[in-house]
Amino acid sequence: MSSINDALALEAPRRRKRSRRSGLLPYALLTPAVVVVLIIVFAPMVEALVTSFYEYVLFRPNAAKFVGLDNFVTLFNDPVFWTSLWQTALWIGLTVPLQMGLGLVAALLLNKEFAWRGIARALVIIPWALPSVVIALMWRWIYDPNIGILNDLLLRLDIIRAAIPWLADPDVALYAIIATLTWQGFPFFAVMILAGLQGIPKSQYEAASIDGASAWRQFRHITLPGIAPILATAGLLRTIWVANSIDVIFVMTGGGPGYSTYTLPLFAFVKARQNLDFGYGSAIAVTFTVILGAIVAVYIARTMREVER
Amino acid sequence: MRRESFLRRLLTTHIPVALVVLLAIGPFGWMILTSLTPSEAIVARGVSFSPEGWGADNYVRLLAHTDFLGNMGHSLIVALGTVVLGLVVSVTAAYSFSRFRFFGRRVLMLQFLLVNMFPVVLLILPLFTLMRRLGLLDTHLALIVANATVAIPFAVWMLTSYIGAIPKSLDEAAMIDGCSRLQALRRVVLPLALPGIISTGIYIFITSWNEYLYALTLGGRNVRTVTVAIQTLIGEYQIEWGLLAAGGVVGALPVTILFLIVQRRLVGGLTQGAVKG
Repeated sequence: MSSINDALALEAPRRRKRSRRSGLLPYALLTPAVVVVLIIVFAPMVEALVTSFYEYVLFRPNAAKFVGLDNFVTLFNDPVFWTSLWQTALWIGLTVPLQMGLGLVAALLLNKEFAWRGIARALVIIPWALPSVVIALMWRWIYDPNIGILNDLLLRLDIIRAAIPWLADPDVALYAIIATLTWQGFPFFAVMILAGLQGIPKSQYEAASIDGASAWRQFRHITLPGIAPILATAGLLRTIWVANSIDVIFVMTGGGPGYSTYTLPLFAFVKARQNLDFGYGSAIAVTFTVILGAIVAVYIARTMREVER
Repeated sequence: MRRESFLRRLLTTHIPVALVVLLAIGPFGWMILTSLTPSEAIVARGVSFSPEGWGADNYVRLLAHTDFLGNMGHSLIVALGTVVLGLVVSVTAAYSFSRFRFFGRRVLMLQFLLVNMFPVVLLILPLFTLMRRLGLLDTHLALIVANATVAIPFAVWMLTSYIGAIPKSLDEAAMIDGCSRLQALRRVVLPLALPGIISTGIYIFITSWNEYLYALTLGGRNVRTVTVAIQTLIGEYQIEWGLLAAGGVVGALPVTILFLIVQRRLVGGLTQGAVKG
């Protein structure tokens, strides 16, 4: 055994020189990951793109036929598409800022020094760790119109007069789910922002308070600029995540009542799952991906600048 | 003077922090209380706040009359399988990205980042037809592969950042001492990166355990994971909140504990890029 090792050791310098010259080693090391990702991600995606040009209903497998852009034409004339698109914008536009705001407040508080800081930090993260299904069911229980605790609390505090059917009222349901998703996502922001806050040198605050700067001015001129890059990165990451996340909506309302909690990805999922209409479902998914792609492009441009350090 | 400053701290720190913590754990705490209150009592009197109204009723029913433990077994197989597949192919890729500068590096890294952003819905439909064609629907392998679509890109990025933090001079020293590249990777870099590899693995485990849409679409009667099973706990005629809550608590507890254990290290890895950005 040791002789083999010795032989390898003797050979090593030569091999190193060779691999540096041919430069194949980095590619060899990458091959497994790249091949697996090509097979399980890129190939299926190409198939989704192709399927979107077909009329393809799963229970009529032999009737798949090429229809060109028909699915997309149907889609753009489908009022449900426009409803879903608007609700997707509302969904992202409200959820991400709310998560960020609540996360910022939590981070600022947890950045203070107090005896039970460690345990408080650990507990605040819990919503992040819970499975989406559990979160969705938990909040359905909280929102329950008859015996849910939310109505109970609000009635006792005299804030509302009559029980509100949170998830059954088309005007309220989307906002109720947005509240749930805000709860699920704010710990992510809190943790990211907290890391950013810890990177701001204490001396800056000391200098500012010697100069007599108020707490608000310190926040405005030291804290905010200090965490701005994190807010941007985390905000973009979260936008993508929120846009894609359909499990909570699916379990809480399934898109209902009516179409009042449809977002584009949910629309695609429901079409494929309930109507088994994979052609149309793929067309919706592709359209959504293109829209999301614009946001992704911004994020990637940012990150790649980092990688090229 | 001291009293006043204590009062001030109470108002500006302790109470607001307590409110945030309450907001974060309140709903889950409520679910634990619900799970402890027997189902009939919930309908009749509501959830009990005092231990007198508690009982293990829902948990007994969950473990004795449903196949919940079996479902947890399926979740365990899927999650562990994803961890193994995800880590095995990612470690060498991450080493390659962090140690070499080569033609196409940028594009390949971009590819892994891009994959992470793709909507689940875009993948779920073709993966379903693919698994159906291969006869893999309702098998563990189908779920492992589906979860790996998320796990591999994530692991590549996390591990690249962990391995990048290990000084290059260490592998160079090992190679001067006669190791080959791969020996340096195995004997020097891997042991040093082990904490990072473990926390990446745990994070993959958590996300695979919590995953729902793939499990719902690609699973079935034979392979039903916890997340799918919890939903079936909803009664046929009226919703059994007590039983459902017990399922939620048992299903979420293992990963919640894991998450609390690794959160500090994980956050370091996740924020590293962002902090510098």
